[in-house]
Amino acid sequence: MDKRHFDVELDQLRHKLVMMATKVEILINYSIEAIRKRDAAVVGTATAMDKEIDQMEIDIEEAAISLIARHQPAAGDLRFLVGAIKINNDLERIGDHGVNIAQSAALLAGRPAVKVLADIPWMAGLAVSMLKDSLDSFISANPEKAREVCTRDDQVDDLKDQILSIVLTFMMENPGFISEGMTLILVARNLERIADLATDISEEAIYIHQGKVIKHGAEQQSEEGEATR
Amino acid sequence: MDAKFDIQDLNVYWDGNLLLKKVTLRIPSCQILGVIGPAGSGKTTFIRSLDRMNELEPGFKMEGRILLDGEDIYAPGYDAVTLRKKVGMVFALPVALPMSIYENIVYGPRLAGIRNHDQLGGLVEQSLQAAFMWDEVKDRLEMSGLRLSGGQQQRLCLARVLAMEPEVILLDEPCSGLDPISTAKIEEALTALKKKYTIILVTNNTKQAARIADQTAFFLMGELIEIGPTDRIFTAPIHKQTDDYVTGRFG
Repeated sequence: MDKRHFDVELDQLRHKLVMMATKVEILINYSIEAIRKRDAAVVGTATAMDKEIDQMEIDIEEAAISLIARHQPAAGDLRFLVGAIKINNDLERIGDHGVNIAQSAALLAGRPAVKVLADIPWMAGLAVSMLKDSLDSFISANPEKAREVCTRDDQVDDLKDQILSIVLTFMMENPGFISEGMTLILVARNLERIADLATDISEEAIYIHQGKVIKHGAEQQSEEGEATR
Repeated sequence: MDAKFDIQDLNVYWDGNLLLKKVTLRIPSCQILGVIGPAGSGKTTFIRSLDRMNELEPGFKMEGRILLDGEDIYAPGYDAVTLRKKVGMVFALPVALPMSIYENIVYGPRLAGIRNHDQLGGLVEQSLQAAFMWDEVKDRLEMSGLRLSGGQQQRLCLARVLAMEPEVILLDEPCSGLDPISTAKIEEALTALKKKYTIILVTNNTKQAARIADQTAFFLMGELIEIGPTDRIFTAPIHKQTDDYVTGRFG
């Protein structure tokens, strides 16, 4: 049987989402690199990329709503479209965090690097790998990989707490560091949110591919429910 | 939950061909069961087994048991007339009798022995109310049923079934030829009726099952592939064949 017109449109939407995800990944990597280099020139480029991402978000949302309205999809198709709308929104917010990180890089520009910065690239590496793997799990229909991403979120949270505690100590010892310290805390906070959103994307990927809701401990609750029945 | 129908290992043969294979399911009271599946999947054979209409056809043979309220409807001695009174059927093609709207509805109850004028009048109003068409026709009950629109005729058929005060209503593609407004009226009526009746709806329109059925059963090539709460069947079915069917990839 020829591919249905609906499937062609679903493929087009999937392609748009992949393009958007790629752009978001580039923006995040670019902003993190700017933190490492303490480069002030990145803000303009990051903001321009974010604008493109915002436009992509609008296009994808309109396309998904139009497909739902015209085809009234069910089962796997419905899960894909609802998941696509949520992932679309997650990606747009990740883009915003990318711009925030670029702005922080501009604030840090010209200042000498401090020891605490060594943990930021480590945390950034973890958050970016979670983002990359969550998107891979969605694109390649790999729920096992998505579940594995969710388990990494705690590491990122721990690193954020660790950075927070080190930066606070630095700030108390050296009031001249307060402004820079606040900026570093913001970067850590943005990275933590990126990891959270990557976890959301993974949870959506599991829902799309397996029809199982795992967020907020829902899977565990439903298993306990089954067991007591 | 109490099962109105309890179907156990139902095999149905037609001229030696196996049309339903080992169908086992329980149909709860006061719910709508949607039965979906492509052409030739056995859904009509299934529904026609529930009021013993199949056995009117030569070449029909069945194995297994169908219990209605715990009683085997195919057991020797089970009265077919009682069964037909308990289980009403609405067909795909609305067939109004060539008589007035009023007479269409009282035809069955009169055959069943009701002669009291007031009682018959009450049944007419009550049945037409329940079929969501009383307000449309109350001033022209003497008009021929054949002059009604297709959608109205189908609701008249539903009212005719309701006048017999059944417990179960079987519907075989009741909206296949109807416009969206008439379809919506039938669906509204069925949704209201399920408070009192057990409704089994065979439909080729999967979206109709999605809209109004509490449980949905998916048949394919004579087998019951999957049955479950409608929202699960249409969001996360267990079997790939169900997913392919409800997403329109075949059928």
